[in-house]
Amino acid sequence: MAAHLPQLPRVILYEGKDSQPFAAEVRQELMVKLLDRGYTVSRATERGRLENLGHEKVIVVGIFDRAMPLNSSDSVHIQDVRGQSSESILGAVESFALPREQDTAATPKRWKPWFPVIDYDRCTNCMQCLSFCLFDVYGVTKGGKIQVQNQTNCKTDCPACSRVCPEVAILFPKYKAGPINGDEINQDDLRREAMKVDISSLLGGDIYSMLRDRSEKAKSRFSKERDDDRALKERQRCLDKLKSNFDGLDIPTEVLSSLPSMDQIQAKAQRAKERAQQALEMQSSAGTSPGGEEDVSKNPPATQI
Amino acid sequence: MSEQRPILYCRCAFAKVLPEEVKDGVLQRLVASDFPFDSVPDLCEMSAKNDPSLKEIAAQENVCIVACYPRAVRWLFDAAGAPIDPQRVKVLNMRTESVDEVWDELLAVQSADPATSEPASGETNLGGPNSAGADETTSITTQDRG
Repeated sequence: MAAHLPQLPRVILYEGKDSQPFAAEVRQELMVKLLDRGYTVSRATERGRLENLGHEKVIVVGIFDRAMPLNSSDSVHIQDVRGQSSESILGAVESFALPREQDTAATPKRWKPWFPVIDYDRCTNCMQCLSFCLFDVYGVTKGGKIQVQNQTNCKTDCPACSRVCPEVAILFPKYKAGPINGDEINQDDLRREAMKVDISSLLGGDIYSMLRDRSEKAKSRFSKERDDDRALKERQRCLDKLKSNFDGLDIPTEVLSSLPSMDQIQAKAQRAKERAQQALEMQSSAGTSPGGEEDVSKNPPATQI
Repeated sequence: MSEQRPILYCRCAFAKVLPEEVKDGVLQRLVASDFPFDSVPDLCEMSAKNDPSLKEIAAQENVCIVACYPRAVRWLFDAAGAPIDPQRVKVLNMRTESVDEVWDELLAVQSADPATSEPASGETNLGGPNSAGADETTSITTQDRG
């Protein structure tokens, strides 16, 4: 699971009874600014009710007609923001947040949530993703079910494991194209998968060996160059070529250029293979299906989804 | 007044996979309407963090989620241990639909929903520590005001 910072407070723009609506531009600006800072933002109107979302802290801002309905507490802070600009309201919100949270919200560099998501309606628990991934993103539950366990280990923008999944069961919701992005799977996608052969045999051996070998060749050419700029261009050219050779996998250049050493790859691949084998053995002895654990299989067949 | 379906809007931060004009346009219409709604910076991030809010959202009756592909949304919730009921949850896709299409569908969903119960007018459930149970929640209630 991704390491994470404390949950930011929920902010409620209150426009219910006994309050005045925000000016339209203030409401819009404030909503966008708060979302961009990482806050969950809710808008309360007289038309309906908001539900508890489980936040430890809640900040309510509004233009109240009368005295505050409740006193603020450690967990709920209520503030009249009559006449204030969106920037000023944002400042008020952030001053209530813990100093650490303030720093976090102001930090421009946040982890881009890029990680695989498993469609258990399709997954057959074959463990190919576990065998393939060198970065320990995947793991297995005690019951032998494949699971994404270390999301932050995933290499940003690399969807390679979804390419090797024989069941089109791995999604990357922020990927550019379907069906990896979660789009419905069509007949063409299924035909492609049916034609997919074991990628290792396709490449005449271990895919990582092949990638590494090519990467080493690129590095070797790079090392012979004396001019830094030329060397850099040459390396980039080699990597682009390498990347284009593996276009089907859509592996970013950064990932290819940061592959570990051959020995490390072999050791990792061996470990992953062993874990996959153990999981498969556990699965066959327990008769576990991928959806047979936890609550995944309890979902009824999709209609709207 | 009929019970409206809860609305959740995802801003999809970090990536430019949602057309800017669509996510901005839909938010503008939500903000200009009188619908109460919740908005979150990024459902993917929440899923990766196992954000407890996802469980609360999944438990809501007939929630309408304005985000991206329904299959992606479903399994993001599932990955966080908050499976959503595909028969009760409606997902509107800002990756493939225009602002008008999303908005029309949202209005249709809201108007098609039969009145099941009358909401407590002016009541806003705020949550707070240990607020998983309804009895433990803090509310702003108009009657509470002096």
